[in-house]
Amino acid sequence: MPKVHLQRKSTDTDMTPFVDIAFLILSFFIMATKFKPPEPVPITTPGSVISQKLPENNAVLIIVDSTNRVYFSVLSDKDKTKFDAVIQGVNTSRNLNLTKEEMATYRQTYAVGVPFTGLKQLLDMDPKDQVNLKQPGIPVMDSANNELVWWIGAAKAAFAGEKLNYLIKGDGQSKYPAFEAVVEALKRNDEFKYNLVTALDNAPTNSAFDKASKWVPQTK
Amino acid sequence: MASIDSGGGDSHKKGPGVKKAKKLSTRVDMTPMVDLGFLLITFFIFTATMSTPTTMDLNMPKDVKDPKDQTEAKESGVLTVMLGKGNQVYYYEGKLVVDAGGNNFKQTTFKGIRDILINKKKEVIGRHVHDDTCPKAQQRAKEKGDPDWENACKDRDFIVVIKPDQDATYANTVDILDEMTINQVKTYAMVKILPQEYELIQATEKNNGIK
Repeated sequence: MPKVHLQRKSTDTDMTPFVDIAFLILSFFIMATKFKPPEPVPITTPGSVISQKLPENNAVLIIVDSTNRVYFSVLSDKDKTKFDAVIQGVNTSRNLNLTKEEMATYRQTYAVGVPFTGLKQLLDMDPKDQVNLKQPGIPVMDSANNELVWWIGAAKAAFAGEKLNYLIKGDGQSKYPAFEAVVEALKRNDEFKYNLVTALDNAPTNSAFDKASKWVPQTK
Repeated sequence: MASIDSGGGDSHKKGPGVKKAKKLSTRVDMTPMVDLGFLLITFFIFTATMSTPTTMDLNMPKDVKDPKDQTEAKESGVLTVMLGKGNQVYYYEGKLVVDAGGNNFKQTTFKGIRDILINKKKEVIGRHVHDDTCPKAQQRAKEKGDPDWENACKDRDFIVVIKPDQDATYANTVDILDEMTINQVKTYAMVKILPQEYELIQATEKNNGIK
C-alpha cells in the first residue's frame, strides 16, 4: 500500500507587499501632517468641554503667555497680502518709518510681542532668529497706551468686508488682568465676539450639557 | 516566505571542470522592516491627533455709560461668582450683604460651585411664573433645536455674574465659563469686580492663609 504523503506547506509568507503598504501609509501621514509653526512661547491652554473647531484663516490670534506677555499675530494662509496690509496699516497709523524690506519680513514673522519702539529691531532680524529673541510683549496694561488697539485696528482694516475671527490663546497660568486688557483692546475696536482657544475636555456625565449634547431629535 | 529570494535556480549547466560557485542566499528578512514601518505609522497617527485645539465663543457686551441702558436683573435670580487666588471661588446670591444683620458672602471651590449653580437654577425655575412672553421664548428655543425647549423661559431670571479678580488666572476664567456651558446657564456676564468685593476676598484669603 502506498504511503499517503502529506505535502508539507510552508508557513512563510512573503512580506514584501506588507512593507509596501506600511511605507505607503507612512509617507501619506508624513505628507499630510501639517507642522506647527514655531511659537515664540509655549502655551498650555486650559481645557473646556466645547468641541468647536478652530478657524485657520481670516483670524487674528492674540497670545497671552504664562508671564502675562501679549503677542499679536495674523492667521492668513491663503492670502499673504493681508500681512502686508496689516503692517502697512500699523506703519502709517503710528509713523514707524519701516522700510519695505522690514515690512516684507512681517510675512514670515509668526507673532509680534514687542512695543512699537522695538518693532524695527524685530523686523530687521532674520525670521528664523526671531523665535530666539526674548520679546517683552505688547504693552496692554496701561489703558492710555494700549498698543494692541492699533494692531487690531490695522487687522480690522486689512480684512474689511470679510469675516474676521478673534482668537485669544491664553496660558492657563496667566493672570486675569492681562486677559481683561486684551478684551478691552478688542472692545475699543468695537469687536465683541471672540474665540477662546482651549483644549478638549470630557463633559461630566449627567450634567445638563452632557444630556443636551446626547439628545437626538425625534422624527415622527 | 517573509523574504525576497532572488537567487537563481541552477538551471544553467556549466561545462565540465568548472567549479560550482558557492551560492550565497540573497534573501532578506523583511519582518523588522514591517515592524519599523508600523511603529512609525503609529507614532505619526498619535502625534497628529493628540493636539486638537478647540475654541470657546465669548461674547462681551458693549460698554454703556448710561446706567439706564444697562441690563436689569432680578435680584432673586442673580448669583455672583468671584474668582480669587489659589483656585478659590467666592459667591453670593442677590445683593451683597455683609453687616451685623447677616453675611451672604460664601467661599467654595470649582468642585463646589457646580452644585451651587445647579441648586440656584432649580430654585429660580421653581419660582417661575408663566406669562405672555414665554411662548415666544419657547418657540425660539424650539427652532434652535434645543431639546429642553419647553423649559426655555423658566430659567430666564437666572443670571450669573462672573467677577474674576486681579489674582485669578486665565484658566480659572475659562473654567467658570465652561461651568456655564456644563450647567446650561443661558445668561451670564463677565463684570469688573467692585473694590468692596475685592477687599472681602483679600480679607478672606488672609484669614485662610491662601497665597
